[in-house]
Amino acid sequence: MSRPRTGAVARAIAAKDLRIEWRSRVIVNQILPFSGLVMVMFALALDDDAMLQRTAGGLVWLATVFSLFLIVQRAYAVDTQDGALDAMRVAGVDMQAMFVGKSLALAGQLFALELLLFIVAMVLYRVSTPAEGVVLLVTTVITATVGLAFVGTLYGGLIAGAKGRDSLLPLLLLPVVAPVLLGATRATESALQSGGAVVMEGWPWVAVLVVFAGLFGVGGLLSFGALIEE
Amino acid sequence: MVVDLEEAVVLYGNYPALAGATLRVEAGEIVWLQGPNGAGKTTVLRLCAGLLPVSRGHATVLGCDVAHDRQSIRHRVGLLGHTNGLFLDLTARENVLFWGRMAGASRAECNEAMHRMGLVDALGDRRVSALSAGQKRRVALAILVVRRAELWLLDEPHTSLDERGRDELDDVLRQAASSGATIVLASHEVDRAHRLSSRVVTVTGGRVVS
Repeated sequence: MSRPRTGAVARAIAAKDLRIEWRSRVIVNQILPFSGLVMVMFALALDDDAMLQRTAGGLVWLATVFSLFLIVQRAYAVDTQDGALDAMRVAGVDMQAMFVGKSLALAGQLFALELLLFIVAMVLYRVSTPAEGVVLLVTTVITATVGLAFVGTLYGGLIAGAKGRDSLLPLLLLPVVAPVLLGATRATESALQSGGAVVMEGWPWVAVLVVFAGLFGVGGLLSFGALIEE
Repeated sequence: MVVDLEEAVVLYGNYPALAGATLRVEAGEIVWLQGPNGAGKTTVLRLCAGLLPVSRGHATVLGCDVAHDRQSIRHRVGLLGHTNGLFLDLTARENVLFWGRMAGASRAECNEAMHRMGLVDALGDRRVSALSAGQKRRVALAILVVRRAELWLLDEPHTSLDERGRDELDDVLRQAASSGATIVLASHEVDRAHRLSSRVVTVTGGRVVS
């Protein structure tokens, strides 16, 4: 019996996480409504169409970050409730593959969430994407999501066994994801041409998102095993 | 020699959880660790699983040095502790298939392992969260089979099983030992220990005394 390759293990872990989510419907029944509600509350609180259109990008990404905390907590809760994370560690499961697999599943869930949030923003805030901004918007969503998935997986693993992890995760993660929040917001504003922004101004922010994703991707691959081990 | 501990010391901070334990286990043996709570039985199992470093002394498991080759040990050892290591929202079958994929086992091997553990028909397709404690234990044991663990390390495996479940578990362990697996268990159940094991070892105060 030969040991499976890293890619096969990563795919199996991603499929397992997505299957558990599909089965339990926690994201569909709880997190999506929560993030939709956050968008509605922003609309009620600001109550100004011009302001909402100008800040739509930031509000979408803020709602995404809030939801990220819940999704990451959920992703590790299913692994720790009967000691499965410990069992994977004991069984010598390739931790780099686990990092990639969990990041893939998290990214998939975030994409679904962001799609919903952008639809809500279009309906509630009446924002639209000009044709020349579509490529920038799609690139922004991809790079920001990958970065968030890497950092969420890494920090989720870091505190998976910690006491008080539910409150600890936002405390640790929020400062770290600030560059993504900033970069994704600016790039999205450029893509949507909010407040007179132009599309070209968004690309340097996409570069920031790429660097962030790269740093946490490499950092996660190198350190995830040691973090889980501790 | 499957397990060879020589005056092994394991420290939790400054506290010696193992204070110079010496234990040798041959292939195919069923060794029962007995002793009071806090004696060091679980520490022996976790050391053998490659989860703890040796502070002093020497420890080899399946020919691999625990100090330097823990990852190789982990691939070949199965540890079943107080939890079952299962994904509660997946079915029994999905759990076994997942672990089978992790170990490079085929679907047929997974099905065979489930059959051996009596996880057939509707039982295999039931979510783990809906299974009884004994049925969950059987899923966990099917995973050990599918992983082809050479050394089974079981910590209080009879806990939460009814009498029938305990007998079934003992049958599974005998079967595993007869197919070449070596088994080290920690348990308080003295009667079963004498019926099942080839050797009973007493651990107390972080030392193996008999």
